Amino acid sequence: MTRSDPVPTPTSSTPPGLLTRLLRAREAGLVGLLLLVTLGTAAINPLFLGVGSVRDLFLNVAIIALLVVGETTVLLMKHVDLSISSVVGLSAFLSGSLFIAHPGMPIPLALLFGLALGAALGSVNGLLVAYGKVPALVATLGTLYVFRGVTYAVVHGGQIYASKLPAAFLTFGTGSTLGIPNLVLLVVLIMLGFGAYLGSWRGGREYYALGSNAEAAVLAGISVTRRTMTGFVLSGAIAGLAGVLYLARFGTVDATAGTGLELQVIAAAVVGGVSINGGVGTLLGAGIGALLLGVMGSALVTLRAPGFYQQAIQGALLLGAISVDMLVSRRAAKHLQAAPERDGRTK
Amino acid sequence: MKALRNLPGWETTLVVLVIVALLGGGLLSKDFLTGQNLSFLTANFSETLLMALTMTLLVIVAEIDLSVASILGLCSAVLGVLFAAGVPMPLVILAAFVVGGLAGLLNGVLVTRLGLPSLAVTIGTLALYRGLAFVLLGDRAIAEFPQAYTNFGFGTLPGTLIPIPIAVGVVLAILTAVILHATPFGRSLYAIGANQVAARFSGLQVERTKLLLFVMSGLMSALAGVVYTFRFASARGDNATGFELGVIAAVLLGGVSIFGGKGSVVGAVLAVFLIGLINGALTIVDVSNEILTIVTGLLLIGSVLVPNLVGRVQAARQRRMSRGATVSP
Repeated sequence: MTRSDPVPTPTSSTPPGLLTRLLRAREAGLVGLLLLVTLGTAAINPLFLGVGSVRDLFLNVAIIALLVVGETTVLLMKHVDLSISSVVGLSAFLSGSLFIAHPGMPIPLALLFGLALGAALGSVNGLLVAYGKVPALVATLGTLYVFRGVTYAVVHGGQIYASKLPAAFLTFGTGSTLGIPNLVLLVVLIMLGFGAYLGSWRGGREYYALGSNAEAAVLAGISVTRRTMTGFVLSGAIAGLAGVLYLARFGTVDATAGTGLELQVIAAAVVGGVSINGGVGTLLGAGIGALLLGVMGSALVTLRAPGFYQQAIQGALLLGAISVDMLVSRRAAKHLQAAPERDGRTK
Repeated sequence: MKALRNLPGWETTLVVLVIVALLGGGLLSKDFLTGQNLSFLTANFSETLLMALTMTLLVIVAEIDLSVASILGLCSAVLGVLFAAGVPMPLVILAAFVVGGLAGLLNGVLVTRLGLPSLAVTIGTLALYRGLAFVLLGDRAIAEFPQAYTNFGFGTLPGTLIPIPIAVGVVLAILTAVILHATPFGRSLYAIGANQVAARFSGLQVERTKLLLFVMSGLMSALAGVVYTFRFASARGDNATGFELGVIAAVLLGGVSIFGGKGSVVGAVLAVFLIGLINGALTIVDVSNEILTIVTGLLLIGSVLVPNLVGRVQAARQRRMSRGATVSP
């Protein structure tokens, strides 16, 4: 910015170009790994690619993948939302109660209810972080407890049973349209929509700006408080919707529904290349990350590895992914430094 | 005015809250303020107390360790597997500490050598170590440890009602407090947490210090694992699942800043007692855990939000005053 002499290659375009290339490489690497695991497992047990097991796999991944959308939005801003699992639990239980009280309720209304409930809960996080200046980790850890406590209080030892839910709703949860399970279709549509929003819309790009450099974002005229608030409301709304889908998928729900999902979701996003330091990552990558973790999980089941290995391997995969990321970005940084007089910071 | 984030009176406030919790518990039930009940109740949070000590140090240097409860579980599984295999008990315990130390070392190496954020690393090792605990032990439970050892878990100091694990925790807390507040090493932690770059330029071994703290956290979690296993006389892979959030909640409620550079051992210890006492008081009057969960969450948020708001109001008032007066303070 301070230099006045003309530069042959504009500094503003080179870093993003490199970044995009890195991200592309990242996603390509993930897809490669995904193929390797899938084909490797299928070679040992062809049933792995059977219609039923692929369908189950996608249904399992769908809810995590949906939650990843909201978490990615928050992570991009260099915040984190730990409360999503509690939002899922509360939304699943309340929407189930609503169905039992009003069996004739149309399904879209239930989905809207989940969205609205989640948005309301998310706005609590947003208020705390954006206006109360409470660090997101503290605020959402606190609301993780509070929302879960509210769920316990509401549920009071009760349970929602699939047999009490309207048949139409359960058919929605297990049914398919054009051969694709409804839940998967819905999640893919939401991911595409959000991918476009984060990738090309002004509002979406602001999350990246905020996470890359908050001060610069302020100077660029971005309302940090409003953007932060919106991010948390979106993450909450998506978690609320995921709660309704959770109910549709599992039917039977108690007060502990969704416990521990938050770490799986963050793991999927980070494996998919979303930086915990904000500003870096795409929904495509995060979605592939969720899929990869899901495929690994069911590959282990298919290969008859004891279920116990799954968690350890997920953890190792996450560590491997972030380590490789760091090494790659260090090399990239070295390249940038090696380029002569790239920016005026040395002055 | 920034000192307001760490109100000088926060420890005092916590002491008052602990007394209120004690008296409140006494009012709720006449069985609360009995030695037997308090003994039982404090034993319940001995693992949290232990892990909160090293967590305090880590948060002061602006790092975090989410894997503590998983290390606890892994060490518990190691205890169970080796004991079941007939290894002599002292060796079994030694092995648990070695595993805990190594687990902490891996966290530390990933954070300090690779420069990865500790939040991401320890979310990964949270899953990894818990997974390894299950790989070792499956869903089996190993019980029937020798009584001499389980006594360490649920025994009390001879002639008193003080649980042994709590006594160990208090001694370690005093030790940690002395190290943190009265040694150059301890003071250097504040310097690192407040400004890592400045700390490095003033010659502090930032990386080595952090590595050491992660190893200490692993060893302390191993101790907590030994205590937990003997207290319940049961080694299981899922021992203490989810405890990490309780530990972090206590440390933050104790006034340790999540941004590093601020906090005290006394505050963290008081917060562990406060949450434990409220828990115990509510349990004794049959208020189910749900209220406690909500109270813990609200306390955690409030402990950061209230000083923030107070600070903001004061800053606003000061601005108004300085606008009125031309003389600078």
